[in-house]
Amino acid sequence: MNRAIRPFEFFTAEYLTIIDKQQAQNLGELRDGLEHCSDASIFYHTFHSLGRYHFLTEGFSNDLAQWVLASLNRPRLAEQLGALDVRGYVDLKRLRQDLIRTVDEFLRVYPKTAAAEAFEPFYFCSSAEVLVPLGWQAWTLAEFRHYVERMGHGAFHFHFLVSRLRLHLQSNDFSVWFKDALGLERLALLTERIDITTDTIDGAKACLLRLIDRELAA
Amino acid sequence: MTASAPSASRLMQLDDYVAILGVQEIDDLRVLARRLGGRTVQMVNSTAVGGGVAEILNRLVPLMQELGVTPRWDVITGGNDFFEITKAFHNALHGGPFESRPQDFETFLAYTAQNRQRLSFDAEFTVIHDPQPIALIDARPAGKNHWIWRCHIDLSHPNQRVWDFMRPYACRYDGALFSSPEFSRRLPIPQYLFFPCIDPLSDKNRDLAPDVVQQVAERFGIDTDRPVLTQVSRFDRLKDPVGVIRAYQVVKRYADCQLVLAGGSATDDPEGAQVLAEVREAAASDPDVHVLDLPPWSAIEINALQRLSTIVIQKSLREGFGLTVAEALWKKKPVVASAVGGIPAQVIHKHTGLLAHSVEGTAYQIRFLLSHPSLAQKLGEQGHEHVREHFLITSNVRRYLALFLHHDSHGRS
Repeated sequence: MNRAIRPFEFFTAEYLTIIDKQQAQNLGELRDGLEHCSDASIFYHTFHSLGRYHFLTEGFSNDLAQWVLASLNRPRLAEQLGALDVRGYVDLKRLRQDLIRTVDEFLRVYPKTAAAEAFEPFYFCSSAEVLVPLGWQAWTLAEFRHYVERMGHGAFHFHFLVSRLRLHLQSNDFSVWFKDALGLERLALLTERIDITTDTIDGAKACLLRLIDRELAA
Repeated sequence: MTASAPSASRLMQLDDYVAILGVQEIDDLRVLARRLGGRTVQMVNSTAVGGGVAEILNRLVPLMQELGVTPRWDVITGGNDFFEITKAFHNALHGGPFESRPQDFETFLAYTAQNRQRLSFDAEFTVIHDPQPIALIDARPAGKNHWIWRCHIDLSHPNQRVWDFMRPYACRYDGALFSSPEFSRRLPIPQYLFFPCIDPLSDKNRDLAPDVVQQVAERFGIDTDRPVLTQVSRFDRLKDPVGVIRAYQVVKRYADCQLVLAGGSATDDPEGAQVLAEVREAAASDPDVHVLDLPPWSAIEINALQRLSTIVIQKSLREGFGLTVAEALWKKKPVVASAVGGIPAQVIHKHTGLLAHSVEGTAYQIRFLLSHPSLAQKLGEQGHEHVREHFLITSNVRRYLALFLHHDSHGRS
């Protein structure tokens, strides 16, 4: 069995939620909040919300879309905000720009909605990451599989989704290791295709295990 | 006093939660705790028994101990005068009326000084729960330690005089924990969102055999062959039990259902007794409305009532966190609830339940769920997952461990 040129080191991440000072009572205020909130807040309401609510596999993408739907009753805008797939972003600056652009375009068409009061305010929060090494090292694909089976949601979310912000690549830690350390380009590509936005973390993990099993059996 | 383990049934251990959470999530707790390796934690509150905070600490402290952290739980003491004042402060911080007398603040500080003398504060992480012991921050020793204020109450509309007194103390902590963003105040220290939690292995939430549920139904004359709508909450106007009856009466025109209103004993609460009388009057002679005034030791009955329900309602006009919602969701029940207090954190509209803003809206959502049972089932199942991820005692332990690690690595503020 191929031994990697470097081991895969597993981490788990826990996120504390920090309550920020900004809040929005209407769409106009949400737009301003998006412009001025911290990157950690953009992360919390998009990347992190996908992890927090990974068990919702239909019609939930991020906190912003959910609030626009449930508290402002604007399904069209909710759909547009929800359609922004965080997997397409390798930095938060671009994601923030696209969120603001989406709201701006809606407000251009429906300017009167800017001041319509929401049922519930939107509270801006942000994430503080607590990263902990699990102390596991995989040198082979079989070892890697063993640890993937044991990893919790926090670790999977960190390596599969949050990693792209760290790597600044449209990829994830697993695929990068498969390709660069094991030379398994096809496995890297298939792993990247796992659609975590429409699956639970457990479902995505099961999918990854199936791909590895197929590779090990080949 | 220094409280030890709860005296009731066998202490739950981490391995008991594996069946619910999976071995991976419990292993993650162990990994987080290992980084803290034997660090000392002190929890301070104002009562060892009764109330949600003591209930949580009774479970939290032994679990932390098992994880290798060294926790201690201290309870402040005081005379009746102290607790009368802290109760008045508590109500005032919730927005109730309060006529302050200068001696109230003096008495509060005098008892704080006594507790400061009596207790030792040498832990690396000290968590002070609620306003009663807030001024113990005066006892903070020099050196590397971290003091956190855990505020379990809603501070969104506090009495200004009482808050002006409390705020300078709160500002001296390294961080404050609130159950909802809505409950927090502007403070110059980091404020974290910490949900309260339920214990899935407690009598109120553990699995029950079907015959136990059936026995409870028979005892209260509930027909389990017809839909049952239930609201569990004390008989309090803010829980709007009369509004629930009005919503039920609308639904009843379309569906042959029953309503259960199960609440705490109202014998020592004059207003509660009055509300109970109003509820009974509103229910009139409808045999399908079951108004159950239950004693405080009714955890199994409450559990069974939630389990036999078709839909659980929480139509509060104002709410704290409203953990009865998490209890119902844990039992995979579809919930129709008001969008107040901590409820929207638990009921993600159209995903883990349905939110409503009026009697008519509540009735409509109930009718909708009764006629769409597969959607109702899906909401209940997703609600269960939501609770599993965010509102169990193990999540609470995880958040505390992460908080301590975070503060440890960022140093003293």
